[in-house]
Amino acid sequence: MTVAEPSSQRPPRLGRLEPAALAGVMSRDMVLFKRYWKATTFSSIVQPVIYLLAFGLGFGSLIHHVGHFKYVQYVATGVVATAVLFSSAFPGMFNTFIRWQFQRTYDALLAAPVDVEELITAEILWISIRSGVYGLAPLIVGFFWGLTPEPAMLLVVLIGFVTGFGFASFGVLVAAVAKTIDNFNYVTSAVLTPMFLVAGTFFPISQLPSGLRTIALFNPLYHCVALVRDVSLQHFSSGDLVHVAVLLVWALVLWRLAVWRLEQRLID
Amino acid sequence: MVPSAPPAAIELRSVVKRFGELTAVDHLDLTVPNGICFGLLGPNGAGKSTTMRILTAQAIATEGSISVLGYQLPEESKAARMAMGVVPQLDNLDVELTCRQILTVFARLYRVPGPDRAAAVHRALEIANLTGRADTIVRELSGGMRRRLLVARGLIHRPRLVLLDEPTVGLDPQVRQELWTLIDALRADGVTLLMSTHYIEEAERLADTVAVMSAGRIIAQGTPAELVLDHAGREVVEVYGPPAQLAELEADAERRGWRHRRSGPAVAVLRAEQLDGNAPDGVRRPANLEDAFVALTGQEIE
Repeated sequence: MTVAEPSSQRPPRLGRLEPAALAGVMSRDMVLFKRYWKATTFSSIVQPVIYLLAFGLGFGSLIHHVGHFKYVQYVATGVVATAVLFSSAFPGMFNTFIRWQFQRTYDALLAAPVDVEELITAEILWISIRSGVYGLAPLIVGFFWGLTPEPAMLLVVLIGFVTGFGFASFGVLVAAVAKTIDNFNYVTSAVLTPMFLVAGTFFPISQLPSGLRTIALFNPLYHCVALVRDVSLQHFSSGDLVHVAVLLVWALVLWRLAVWRLEQRLID
Repeated sequence: MVPSAPPAAIELRSVVKRFGELTAVDHLDLTVPNGICFGLLGPNGAGKSTTMRILTAQAIATEGSISVLGYQLPEESKAARMAMGVVPQLDNLDVELTCRQILTVFARLYRVPGPDRAAAVHRALEIANLTGRADTIVRELSGGMRRRLLVARGLIHRPRLVLLDEPTVGLDPQVRQELWTLIDALRADGVTLLMSTHYIEEAERLADTVAVMSAGRIIAQGTPAELVLDHAGREVVEVYGPPAQLAELEADAERRGWRHRRSGPAVAVLRAEQLDGNAPDGVRRPANLEDAFVALTGQEIE
């Protein structure tokens, strides 16, 4: 057995956010994903089916159009944001808390040449790539309801990625602040549920009283919904640039907050 | 700047770590020379685990200077972590992954180049005697196998220095033996080992040098034999008897200034060879590290 290797050579200078460290952490996520991709894919298909059945057929028989859009188109594109939200905020919260507090995975990873910033960024990156891809599921389901496939819909992956990056970061931040896993209930019911309803997913926010409408404008999910809808239904306007800007700022700010807060909790 | 040949693998100078009111590490000075197995022996709460976490920069010292393999911590901790391996006290393996998957992930994290990764994993599996279990999910491994996998994970990149934090805590005697064999082989190979333990026997068997830690600082250091001789003498007399008789003997020993301690159902009088025929009747045995440890810390441990 040979273990020690005399080496006086100094390793290359190690910087911040090294691709090798990010890839290492994400390779772990990928291996895990191979074990549970079926369940994830199943729920990402079934959820939009249920929404389309409930709202599309239910409301759809009463409402035929919202603005320029057919109601089915409206809901199918709106549900993309829901899919992105669920596939990013919840993994951000639960995976972080479980891996950090219960499985102590983060303790193991941080003993290796990986910094908190790299660890958290890799986890968020992985979640947001997944959200971006799974964000397409509602559109694919929508095709069976008469939604027309458009090449521009591939941009939805990118929109889902950026939105998911922000929501995954939000989830990590919640996990870093929460004392117990039960505290997530406050966030789920008081923050995420209203966000998901008041985002123009199932009904336009123009129907809301002006106070709520103003709040909705600060909801990143609203900007995700609007952008996905405009891209998928070929209805671009200059307002879309505002949506893009809001989503980018949202992702960037929440990412830095998540790294900052978890650094404080993980390093004594 | 890193000197071309670092004088010691680990060098701590006056390191303090406070958690609010609590001082876990209190002006600790510690030098671990290259190529030895250094045992950090102390009761629970002595500050051993905090010291280990400081060495991986998972805890940042409040004061003091720390150098690991020539790197200054915490500034250059990432480079230090690259060169050392860590075997944690608590099992933090991914229970849903196989041995091979875990080792491959860590080979990546330790920047083992792609073409060498499979060989590194194979070698680590061999060291831990887990080749036959390479594709078994961790959840299905026995406690001993999981421990060996933890060691293999810390060795994936052939580190020059390995930190072992209570490597055999909570293991049954047979598994502990297996692990000792593994650790001994590492030392024979020239790897520098820093091992924290609260098992006297573990320190006695494996460590070339033992430092006794208590209340956040080192109170004695030497080879196990030196520590025994310096703090417990050559021989110990153990006197068994009813509690009243033992209490009387303790009072007597106190009066005569003999070093003594309770040892389960007996009273042990240390440095029995210096008692010039005044020694009480009892069982004579060679002094051991446990006697020295209790004499030093006043605390009984395993």
